[in-house]
Amino acid sequence: MKISKKDIRYVAHLSRIALSDNEEELFVHQLSDILSYIEKLNQLNTDNVDPLVYTTNTFNVFREDALEKPLAIEDAQYCAPSTMGAFFKVPKVIE
Amino acid sequence: MKYEVVIGLETHSELATATKLFCGCSTKFGADPNTQVCPVCLAMPGVLPVMNKKAFEYAMKSAAALCCKIDNYTNFDRKSYYYPDLPKNYQISQNYHNLGVDGFMDIEVKGTVKRIRIHNVHLEEEAGKLIHPEETGADYSLVDFNRAGVPLLEIVSYPDMRTVDEVESYMQTLRKMLLYTEISDCKMQEGSLRFEASISLRLKGVETLGNRVEIKNLNSMKFVIKAIEYEATRQAELLDRGETIDRETRLWDEINEKSVRMRSKEEAQDYRYFPEPDLLPVLIDEKWLSTIKSSIPELPFARKQRFVSEFKLSDYDANLLIEDKVLADFFEECVRGLNRPKILCNWITNDLLREAKERKLEIGQLKVKPAQLVSLVEIVEKGTISSTTAKEVFIEMIQTGKDPQKIVEEKGLIQISDEGLIGSVIDKIISGNPGVIDDYKKGKKNALTFLVGQVMKETKGKANPKMVNELLKGKLDV
Repeated sequence: MKISKKDIRYVAHLSRIALSDNEEELFVHQLSDILSYIEKLNQLNTDNVDPLVYTTNTFNVFREDALEKPLAIEDAQYCAPSTMGAFFKVPKVIE
Repeated sequence: MKYEVVIGLETHSELATATKLFCGCSTKFGADPNTQVCPVCLAMPGVLPVMNKKAFEYAMKSAAALCCKIDNYTNFDRKSYYYPDLPKNYQISQNYHNLGVDGFMDIEVKGTVKRIRIHNVHLEEEAGKLIHPEETGADYSLVDFNRAGVPLLEIVSYPDMRTVDEVESYMQTLRKMLLYTEISDCKMQEGSLRFEASISLRLKGVETLGNRVEIKNLNSMKFVIKAIEYEATRQAELLDRGETIDRETRLWDEINEKSVRMRSKEEAQDYRYFPEPDLLPVLIDEKWLSTIKSSIPELPFARKQRFVSEFKLSDYDANLLIEDKVLADFFEECVRGLNRPKILCNWITNDLLREAKERKLEIGQLKVKPAQLVSLVEIVEKGTISSTTAKEVFIEMIQTGKDPQKIVEEKGLIQISDEGLIGSVIDKIISGNPGVIDDYKKGKKNALTFLVGQVMKETKGKANPKMVNELLKGKLDV
């Protein structure tokens, strides 16, 4: 399956990734190869096979509505790239 | 207007559970930022969500209360979008097997009942809160994840509403349903109840729907109405000029009272839903569903209609009573004690509500209990105290929580119904007011009222007014 540069740009936009022209070119080939490889599965006749979503055949796993101890702020923020006070700091998102 | 306005509403309601949907963090509103977070709701690597049973059952309850079809199988799906209020970069929601579908809710507008169809009811997780600093030139936003993962119910109506009155009634009816079933606290100021409207216009008589515009950021019911009115006018003007309506999402700007095209987040709406592999599907059997259904109380609309038919109350009175479930329960408990619905209703909707409002208290916090109000009405009916005195006793009951009989005894408020005693007071008043007596004899009606007033004053309001009236007339008309 051949995917286009347009597809690559679209997926990159959805993933908030900036790609250079060279990278776009590279990923067109790489992703097309991957999809072609996976496409092999289409050769299999699945007319009589139900879609399978969950493989465990287990249902209804719940927890009670019981409070548990939250993380301390310093632990919550331990791996955050940027913080301000108790907040996580991110690039401006509106406008 | 030559156009018909077609309106649908999406409602988000935070569920009244103690903990979040997939972890044991508190859902309490107003805590310091990021103090109600854990590895699960912060989406740290390797964590797994586990469904809060109560949240799931609340969602079932609401789907059942909205008369939805509830399939015996439901599962959850990932809705992918990159936005920093969601630490996972996807929201766990439902798309392919919504918990409830094809329901309805009856609303009432100016005495006419209309059925609004419900497209679906589903359960999802709430996003975190973004704070945009006010300083100019700030190139960052701040995130508080306390709210991330709070159970959120989404109720999507069909575009069955045509007027803002219908929208108003839909919002109020839905809100009351959520309060009656105790699914949500519905505090709009805290964001636990939110609405988004979709609006399209079409020429009257035309079947096909026009392009719809969604409006977000509607923080109160008042804004919903304003935004719909604004949007209908905007679209009508565009159509009149021969322009087309773009299918888009707009934000309500409450300061300038207009809708503006929303940017960034919605530009590429491709959520790439797929079944959430980290959560197992849920099977709902008949027994479980019927247990949930039996936990649904009589809903406000049905209750109002019953109040009108069973207790012969006016629509107005019944509406006042059902506005608050606790108030309606208070009323019904009173009526069970004494079958005087109208009188009890008057006490509750006038006196009780007024006192609660003045004291800024919920009905449940008032010291007066239904049995005490019943006693008060009984002693008035027996003639022990006058209705004027009863008002005084009622205030005392509100203040102290004492039984009315006790207050009457302590304050010596028992009504004087002794004919001889009242008669002697009347004689005194008659001899002291010869001029007024003449007026009465000449046919002046308010002369009698004045004389009754004098007798009541003389007895410090304790004389039985009905007896005073009769005895006075008897003596004057000789």
